[in-house]
Amino acid sequence: MREVLADLSLVAAKDLRIEFRSRVLANQVAPFALLVLVLFGVALDADQRTLRSFAPGLFWVAVLLCALLAVQRSVAVERADDAVVGLRLSGMSPSALFLGKATAVLVQLLVLEVLLTGGIIVLYRSSVEDVALLVLTGLTAGVAVAAAGTLYGAMAAGLGVRETLLPILLLPVLAPVLIGATRAFDDALGAAAVDGWAWLVLLAGLAVVLTLVGALAYRVLVED
Amino acid sequence: MDILATESRITTGSRGTRLLGLAALAGVLALLVFAFVLTDPDVRTHPTSGEEFGQFDAVRLLYLHVPMAILTYAAYALCAAASAGYLLRRTPWWDVTAHAAAEVGTLVCALVLVTGSIWGRPVWNTWWEWGDVRLMTTLLLFLLFLGYLALRRAAVDPESAARPAAVVALVAVLDIPLVNRSVEWWENRTLHQKSTLAELKIEDLTLFTLVLGIVVFGLVVTWLLLHRFRVGWLERAEVTHGIDRAIAERRGVASTTGVDSTVGQTREES
Repeated sequence: MREVLADLSLVAAKDLRIEFRSRVLANQVAPFALLVLVLFGVALDADQRTLRSFAPGLFWVAVLLCALLAVQRSVAVERADDAVVGLRLSGMSPSALFLGKATAVLVQLLVLEVLLTGGIIVLYRSSVEDVALLVLTGLTAGVAVAAAGTLYGAMAAGLGVRETLLPILLLPVLAPVLIGATRAFDDALGAAAVDGWAWLVLLAGLAVVLTLVGALAYRVLVED
Repeated sequence: MDILATESRITTGSRGTRLLGLAALAGVLALLVFAFVLTDPDVRTHPTSGEEFGQFDAVRLLYLHVPMAILTYAAYALCAAASAGYLLRRTPWWDVTAHAAAEVGTLVCALVLVTGSIWGRPVWNTWWEWGDVRLMTTLLLFLLFLGYLALRRAAVDPESAARPAAVVALVAVLDIPLVNRSVEWWENRTLHQKSTLAELKIEDLTLFTLVLGIVVFGLVVTWLLLHRFRVGWLERAEVTHGIDRAIAERRGVASTTGVDSTVGQTREES
């Protein structure tokens, strides 16, 4: 277990270091996230009441779109110079590899979520009613998205058509995450009267299932 | 794998599947008679006002819709089982079975969505009902397996898609109970499906037609599955056959040029 954690942090730190040096997140994904918020605002005719009540859903759709970019970046990093072969030869367990890469994606998603939260507060005039629920939902849903994204990213990359295949594979799987996270945010942002904490339980279940399946399936995918 | 060599006829049919096909065809004709002629439309009279209500002729669509919905789930369950079988055994038989089941299942699933939508228009007065558990679950199942088929088609050779496809199928099947749960909580609207089936006051002939529909479409789907499996198997054989032939051709070319050049060399040297 300690070995897995050590390998996990090695892989995650590697990915984050590459990210920090290349600044793809800061220069491309983060501006894209804000752009999506602006586009929604324009498409919905900038009606403040509408925007406010739809803010939770728009937030999570924006997160999913950004997650696609983050996952594609995470895959591209390994494809360059066949770095993935080196990783496999390193003797790390595939599960640790999966958890490491998923953790790096999660960290990037959390940064984006913070940014997007600021975005909906400023642009859509959302107000945070329940900070704990907001933070826990962001974290739990982030884990689910990162786990599924990393698994499907690896899959699409193995077949060489990753850009077009990833969305159609990943987004339907994340549909329950979108529903759950949106409803929990409805409560946390006071956009609708629902029991957000019950939704958080569903999200936690999803996060656990997707992480376990990912760690097991990654082994099947990278073995050769 | 030697089907290509031994079968000269270009067909995936056999005596068994032809009989099955005929039985399915006869069954479809019988179902048409039962669904359109022998059964009555769903018309009920309100006890106090005397107004007529019910599904009228739209109820006949259910003889098509309900069996296909059941078979969609059966085909996807087969796909998941075959995928698990492939991950355990790693033989092409399981993989081709999973692929065939997914493809036939997706076709039937599309028909379920379309017929359901057509039925919903007169009965619920809407083509689509957001927040209904079964509609959303079926639609997402359809989308999940569109991804599965896209992945299958994206692979250059069928072998390389086998493992990822098996994982996708198993994740899709795991995802379904979660989708179901989340949609059920979403709006707390489990509307119609259960209620309509209960409301139908299923009479003997209606029930019989429904069961007949399940049997008939079971035959049709089995027939499609068998043919799709054989086509898949032939595709595999073609790939291996093609590689073998290419290697043989290369060898032939290489050995003749090799002989010529050595012969030439020895002549020059001598």
